Amino acid sequence: MNYDLILGILNIVLISTTPLVFAGIGELVTEKSGVLNLGLEGLMLVGAVSGFISLVITGNYFYSFILSILSGAILSSIFAFFVLRLLTNQIATGLALTIFGIGLSAMLGKKFAGTPINGLSPYYLIIFSFILVFLINYILYKTKAGLIIRAVGENHHSAYALGYDVIKTRYLTIIFGGVMCSLAGFYISVCYAPMWQEGMTAGRGWIALALVVFATWKPWRLLVGAYIFGGVAIMQMNLQAFGVKLPGQFFNMMPYLATLMVLVFISSNKVRLKLNAPSSLTIPFIKD
Amino acid sequence: MKKQSLIIVVIAAIIVIGGAFFITNQNKLQDTAQDQKKIGFIYIGPPGDHGWTYMHDQGRQYMEKELGDAISTTYIENVPENADAVRSIRKLADSGHDLIFTTSFNYMDQTLEVAKEFPDVKFEHATGFQRTDNVSTYSARFYEGRTVIGHLAGKMTETNTIGYIVSFPIPEVIRGINAFYLAASKVNPDVKIKIIWVYSWYDPGKEADAANTLINQGADIIVQHTDSYAPCQAAEKAGVLAFGQASNQEAFCPNAHMTSIEDIWGPYYAARAKAVLDGTWSSEDTWQGFKDGMVEMSPYNEKLLSADLIAEAKAIEESIENGTLHSFEGPIYNQSGELMVAEGEVADDGMLAGMMFYVNGIDGEVPQ
Repeated sequence: MNYDLILGILNIVLISTTPLVFAGIGELVTEKSGVLNLGLEGLMLVGAVSGFISLVITGNYFYSFILSILSGAILSSIFAFFVLRLLTNQIATGLALTIFGIGLSAMLGKKFAGTPINGLSPYYLIIFSFILVFLINYILYKTKAGLIIRAVGENHHSAYALGYDVIKTRYLTIIFGGVMCSLAGFYISVCYAPMWQEGMTAGRGWIALALVVFATWKPWRLLVGAYIFGGVAIMQMNLQAFGVKLPGQFFNMMPYLATLMVLVFISSNKVRLKLNAPSSLTIPFIKD
Repeated sequence: MKKQSLIIVVIAAIIVIGGAFFITNQNKLQDTAQDQKKIGFIYIGPPGDHGWTYMHDQGRQYMEKELGDAISTTYIENVPENADAVRSIRKLADSGHDLIFTTSFNYMDQTLEVAKEFPDVKFEHATGFQRTDNVSTYSARFYEGRTVIGHLAGKMTETNTIGYIVSFPIPEVIRGINAFYLAASKVNPDVKIKIIWVYSWYDPGKEADAANTLINQGADIIVQHTDSYAPCQAAEKAGVLAFGQASNQEAFCPNAHMTSIEDIWGPYYAARAKAVLDGTWSSEDTWQGFKDGMVEMSPYNEKLLSADLIAEAKAIEESIENGTLHSFEGPIYNQSGELMVAEGEVADDGMLAGMMFYVNGIDGEVPQ
């Protein structure tokens, strides 16, 4: 193995892992405030299609970026309205959001599928993803805002009694999560594989969701976990191309398997479980 | 809480009433035009994929143009290859369709199941091999195109390393790899192919990763047997060459795309629909290639290929067409050195249909 080859592999790992980091960090913040959003895949697809369409129409990467994250913000605020105001079940509503996003993106993108575009260099967003993880880690653990988010996620009644606005906090974290998912989608359709085709995120939303649990709700571990998942996928491709025989299907399910193992590990001990998972996750907040 | 439950009831009511309107409208649509023959299609992907399903949809449109008002067509897209397909096929059969095309290999059992229930409806299953009185099968000899691109790749590669991205280990795909390698190694005995299985027909991100991995390992030509044009785009970006898949993809990678193997279904679809109109339809097995125009090469890229090379490629097309050349001419050995096709013979259709071995010279093993 020579130096160029290793650098090349690292480059591919960086490019292919970044969407997982964006979607994962957004979901992590949402879950930290006590809301489980299963709509990642749908949000990513809508972000991908709106970024793509606006790039085709305006030809401007900046507008495309703004419109893409705006679509995620709008869609996730609808989700927030349902689960926070109408108190619908978070799991069912999140699944509905995924199904809705898949359908909506397919409908919007129909006329634009197969339009050639010039992709944006992925490196801006790759660098941004590292800064973002650093910032989120800082905000969650070193600032008052982070303390409020965590308090709301741990015990919303206590947070409410202390005078914090639980609903508003959760609105903001859900919208942040939505924006990050649509950013992941923008990255996929404009930087990573510059095109639009139905369902092009191909399950990355679910991997990002598993990643949050794998990282036991810690931003740095999420970054490391994303690069483990991404790195293993690229390594197995490299080994295949070198002629090593590997069970490819096994590697496709590896992220889920690893997450299951982490779940088994952390739930085997009540203390460890308490230290990690936000206690109010999926529990709706009803004012007494 | 009362206000909220009211909102939920209103939303539920809107969905139910809207759904009811939608269904009645659909039924109205289906009641029109009784004297026409109705022809249905089941698609595995969206017609906008610019690959496999796109070409079937082009075939459907060709048929409509040829036969005009004598027929009307319907299609259902994104039908998964599982029990769900039974529902979709039955829906078409139930709503008065006379001829139904199911356009993916793994609709086989589902097609046969529904065909048994509707003996008067004719079915056509793409790339399959099981037939009954009202189920025909049809496929194209895509591997003939792989012989042409193999020849071009063998001549064009400078690193003698070709990257090959594949979906699933099924005979169709393995036949393509073998045909490609036999042609490439014939003109360039030093050529090596590196193969990556991505276990998906369609995942643009993964296909791009695979292409970049192969390029990073020294491949200067990218070949694919997956459905998106991401590999060709990746090749364009890295400044190496590529072949498109299923349809002409030159618009997406003009400086990498040498040519592409196109699936041309239109004339076959029109002929089968005509047979239904005339009452002459019978269950048949059709497997056509260059000769009948079911497989075609996209225009060769003159910026990348020399006039001589283009002439050679066209000559290969021609000799396959007139039968003087076959993609699998003996002697052909498998990886363990057993003689599979003797000298002076060609592989028969039975061997081609079930081909699950690599020919000698390809590194790696066929995944189980």
